Parts: sequence; structure tokens; C-alpha cells
Amino acid sequence: MTAVQENIWKRFSRKESLERYSIEFIVLLLFIWATRSVDIYWPFVADAPHQAVDLVKRMLPPNVSFIKDIVPAMIETINIATLSTIFALILSFPIAVLNARNTTPHPVVQAIARVIVVTSRSVNELVWGLIFVVFFGPGAVAGIAALTMRSLGFMAKLVSESIEEIDHGQVEAIRATGANGGKVFLFGVLPQIMPTIMGTTIFRWDINIRQSSVIGLVGAGGIGILLTSSMNLFKWQNVSMILISIFVVVLAGEYVSATVRKKLI
Amino acid sequence: MFSVKNLVKTYPTGQHALKGCSVDIDKAQIVSIFGPSGAGKSTFIRCINRLVEPTSGEVYLDGMEITGLKGRELHKARRQMGMIFQEYNLIERLTVMENVLSGRLGYVGFLQAMFRRFPQEYVNEAFDLLERVGLKGYHNQRADALSGGQRQRVGIVRALIQHPKILLVDEPTSGLDPKTAMIIMQLIADLAKEKGIPAIVNIHDVALGQQYADRIIGLTEGEVVFDGPPSKVTAETLTQIYGEEDWSKTIRKVEDEED
Repeated sequence: MTAVQENIWKRFSRKESLERYSIEFIVLLLFIWATRSVDIYWPFVADAPHQAVDLVKRMLPPNVSFIKDIVPAMIETINIATLSTIFALILSFPIAVLNARNTTPHPVVQAIARVIVVTSRSVNELVWGLIFVVFFGPGAVAGIAALTMRSLGFMAKLVSESIEEIDHGQVEAIRATGANGGKVFLFGVLPQIMPTIMGTTIFRWDINIRQSSVIGLVGAGGIGILLTSSMNLFKWQNVSMILISIFVVVLAGEYVSATVRKKLI
Repeated sequence: MFSVKNLVKTYPTGQHALKGCSVDIDKAQIVSIFGPSGAGKSTFIRCINRLVEPTSGEVYLDGMEITGLKGRELHKARRQMGMIFQEYNLIERLTVMENVLSGRLGYVGFLQAMFRRFPQEYVNEAFDLLERVGLKGYHNQRADALSGGQRQRVGIVRALIQHPKILLVDEPTSGLDPKTAMIIMQLIADLAKEKGIPAIVNIHDVALGQQYADRIIGLTEGEVVFDGPPSKVTAETLTQIYGEEDWSKTIRKVEDEED
């Protein structure tokens, strides 16, 4: 007669479960502290649903005839997105090459490239917009500059990561033919990162369409300018028409980018 | 014609890949290099065209010393050495023709290369060589659409279009089925003979290496332990190169060939 041996199984050891419970407790404390430190005026929160219904009532029906003002501003919005994407592509390419571990000429150069990438990415496009509106005055130029600055780091980062992931064998084969550095890059590196460059560019264009519709809020051109002025004048039916147009354009942009990306890669 | 003197390579990790290898090749012959994985075969071949920087030693190709060359001079020397790789190392996303013409990159300018404006004579030669290796009509196919055997043929053509004075071949058949492996080895051997150039071939497959080689070099732990004709390779030789094993069934019987 052999005793039945039970196989006891527990997902976490006593120490592990203790750790998990303490982390959950800390998150709970953080939540309580955050809600108490933020100044919440509860009557306003309670009133919100009523306000929302009121706003929607004032927005309806959307002012369809306002379309004649929206179309030119929307075209400007799309052009801002396209131009800033092209500029960002051109500027990000050398930064990506200098930023990649395996193509940078020197660690110091790489560090400088990294600073550019991080700076570009850490500042929001609306902040870039505010800065460039000071430089160029309000309008599309400031918008293009702002979105270029923001896209630059994004694209440089993704492309330089793909440079770091290339198959080194192909590079070796081109070096073996006696090609110099430039031609090794042209044949050994560039074909391998081309899908990433194209994919990133289209993806960024898609993002920039969305961003360029808000940067007008700080005066940097596009549909956002029309949106702020309509809101300031309490023309809620115009506002709803603008929101619908933005929705349609963003949707169309997403469709275009998805289709092109599928074709290219 | 070609000579390696006392080649040493010590990697920064302290690994002694080559401990003073000397090899002389004075005629157009196929030299198979045998040796276990990690014996330094790949390092040896890469130290010749300086894809790997040798620690010390000399390499002479037609009287020119290679290990001391820098920049432009090194690129010119590399043009004279064709290399064929284990994993083919084709540019996957480019066409067969672009891959072949990349063998002439050492002879064209940057813009010519960028806009694919290769001189007509290179293009003509590329078509001829592709036909020679049985890839007629494949010039506009992308490399990643080809089978392993076809890719290695492109690799061979890319090396040959350099008009090399020597072929450096690193495990050309390791990813191929036995029949394709034989065809590829035959092709390399035939073309090297046709062009009248020597070929150094790293190869794992002992039977295949023996079959096509005029000479066998055994490399073990960074040292040349055997150098002689294939007919001199015995079970003892293989034990010396690879270590103890029953080699009786691996050795290709020389008598068979003479029937």
C-alpha cells in the first residue's frame, strides 16, 4: 500500500505573493493621494452631463454651408502634413545614419544625433507650434516647421533602429567586392532599410494629418485656426461641421496610408 | 601567385583563431580547407581579403602585399579577390542583375551605382555569365524569390564578374541539398579552371571537398596540420584534423575514380 502523493502546485511562492500584494496596495495609495491632491470641484463634475447635452443641442444641426470655408483650410491642413513629412524624411535620414551604432562615424557624433532625436520627440507639436509661431508669425509655415521638428526624431529613431538590425552578411559581401564606404551603404544597407523608410514615412504622414488639424489651436495654420475662431465666437454649428470634416479626413488619411503601405511592403 | 605567410589572428576576446598559418598556392588549383567548426577556416579566408583584420602575418597576391594596405589601395586589392559565401549574402531585395553588377562596384562611381548606370560591357558580361551558370532569363527576378541553389549561382557570378585573381569560397554548399551541393561545387571548380585562377574552399563535407579539390589543407585550432593531395587523405589524416572517429566510411575510395 503506497500513500497517495499529492503534487502541490502554487503559481507564486509566499514571497512572490507578498510582493504582488504590496505593489497593489501602493497603487491604491497613489490613487487615493492623486484624487485628493487634484482640486476637483464636485458640483461641476455633477453638472457635466447636463452641459454636454446642452452643447450637443447647440451644435445641431451642423452648418453644412460652412463647408466652403472648411475646404480651403482643410487643403492647407493636408498640405502642411505632406510638406512636413517630406522635410522630416530628408532631415531625419542623415540623423538616422549618424545615430545607428553600426553606421555612426564616431560615438560623439552618435551622442549628438541622439540628443537631436530625444529633443525632437520630447517636445509636443503644440509646443513646437508655439515656438515657431514666434519665429515665423502665425500661419502654415510655423505649422510645417513644428510638425517637421516633431516628425524628425520619430522617423530618425525608427530608421536608425532598422539600420542596427540589418543582416551584416550582405554588407560583408559588398565590402568584399572592393566597394568603398558610400557604395557599401548604397547596396549593402539601403535596400535592407528601404521598407522601414517607406513604412515610417507613410505612418508619419498619417499621424501628421491628425496633428496638423490641431496645431491651428496655437495659430500654426490649417483647420485648427478655423476651429478656435468658431469656438471663440460660440458658432457651435460651425464647430460641429469642422469636427465632422476632420473625422472624415483623418479616416481617409488612414485608409490611404494603409493601402499604400500594403502595396509597398 | 598567392602566398600566406605566418598569418595570426587573435580576437579581442583573447581567442587565438589563427596561430601562424602559411600556405603557398603557385598554380590555378582548387584548395579545400578541412577543419572542425571553430578551427579558424572562416577567419583564415576573411583575413585574406581583410574582412577580418589579421593580427600579424603577410598575404601576397601576385607580388602585392595585402595586410599593410589602407583605404583606396585596400579596395583595389579586394576587387581582385572574388568571394562566395555560406549564406549566399545576396542583397535580398535587389534583382539578380543588380546583385551581379554589385560585383563591379569597385569600378564605378557613386552616382553611377546609385542610378544603376553600369557600363554596357559589364551588363553584357553579366548576361553571359548568368547564361553560363544556367540562370538565363532570371536577371529581373528579385534575389529573395530564388531557391538556395539559384542564389549561390548568383553569388558565383557576382564573384566572377570582378575578374578576380583568386576565389575565396566559404562553405558554399552548407545550406544545400546533396545534389545541388555537387552541382555548385562542380560549377565553382569548372569556372575557376576556365578562368585559370585558384580557389580556396572552406568545406565541411569531406567527400565533396575531396572530390573537387586538387589539394587539401587541414586546419585545426588555428594551425595547418595537413597539406597534400586528396589521395593522401586517410582515416589517420581525418583523425588528426577532426579528432577520433570511425572514418572508414567517410573516405572516398581513390580506386573507384580510376575504374
